Amino acid sequence: MADSIDPVEEGPAWWDHEAGPVVRPYMVTGGRVRPVTVDFDLITYLVATANLAVDTASPEHQAILALTQEPRAVAEVASRVDLPLGVVRVLLCDLLSEGLIARYDPPPTDHLPNVETLQAVIHGLRAL
Amino acid sequence: MDSVRSDNAPVPQALKILVAGGFGAGKTTLVGAVSEIAPLRTEEVLTTAGVGTDDTTGVATKTTTTVAMDFGRITINPSLVLYLFGTPGQNRFWFLWDELATGALGAVVLADTRRLADSFAAIDYFEQRKTPFVIAVNCFDNEQRYTVEQVREALDVDAHVPVLLTDARDRISVKTVLITLVEHVLTMVRTTVPA
Repeated sequence: MADSIDPVEEGPAWWDHEAGPVVRPYMVTGGRVRPVTVDFDLITYLVATANLAVDTASPEHQAILALTQEPRAVAEVASRVDLPLGVVRVLLCDLLSEGLIARYDPPPTDHLPNVETLQAVIHGLRAL
Repeated sequence: MDSVRSDNAPVPQALKILVAGGFGAGKTTLVGAVSEIAPLRTEEVLTTAGVGTDDTTGVATKTTTTVAMDFGRITINPSLVLYLFGTPGQNRFWFLWDELATGALGAVVLADTRRLADSFAAIDYFEQRKTPFVIAVNCFDNEQRYTVEQVREALDVDAHVPVLLTDARDRISVKTVLITLVEHVLTMVRTTVPA
């Protein structure tokens, strides 16, 4: 039975093997595995630009919005919503395209930080 | 209660340091010793395709593997935050390192003298990528089996690469490792960039 598993949009739900090789954690992304437009570094900072009253596509989107009411790095968001990084990146992409979140990337990756920054880090570590 | 974020709340600059080493070398312990938060864990779900993992012949369904990275955070000042990421210990997940290593300030290779060879891969990796690194020899049980020079010789690293003994559980000791790394990076920046 059910040898034909052509995807039918908005069609009846599939169960078990008929649903195809869906990796469970990616259910919340509707099976999307990659952000469509942009990627997010682990230490890209995120800040919600909307408050929590806004409607979002899923509770997971809402959870991210709640977390990023203050600036948070991608790795921290993923950890606190307890979803794999790949999943979180797809959700972040949704929020970004809906204008609900802003991203602040770390400095370009092809050079080391400047002397002032490094000195500030050393100073900060010594003061710990 | 959480305070309401003002619209111009400062977004800090984030820096990352990698903590690499073999399985069981004490990476998460080291991160936890200096992190201001209990180490957090992020996970990546991988399908077996291309991972070169265990033989799945005969397994009809798609299998997945979860790779965990533990990390911690140190707020240097309101505009500068340092993240410490423990690299996945299994060699076969190196492709994840690329993502981690991109833009990293530097790396700590945590070596276990009982299994020094476990750190060869990490050393090779950072040498090839020209990521600044230091080697921290984790002295378990306060037992110092080897001197720094013996370890340096065994690992065959360049003379300019700092090698130091550490106790990954000890905050002061780990602080010293991180300061040594950042000073090492500073030296590299100063010697490569014309003043």
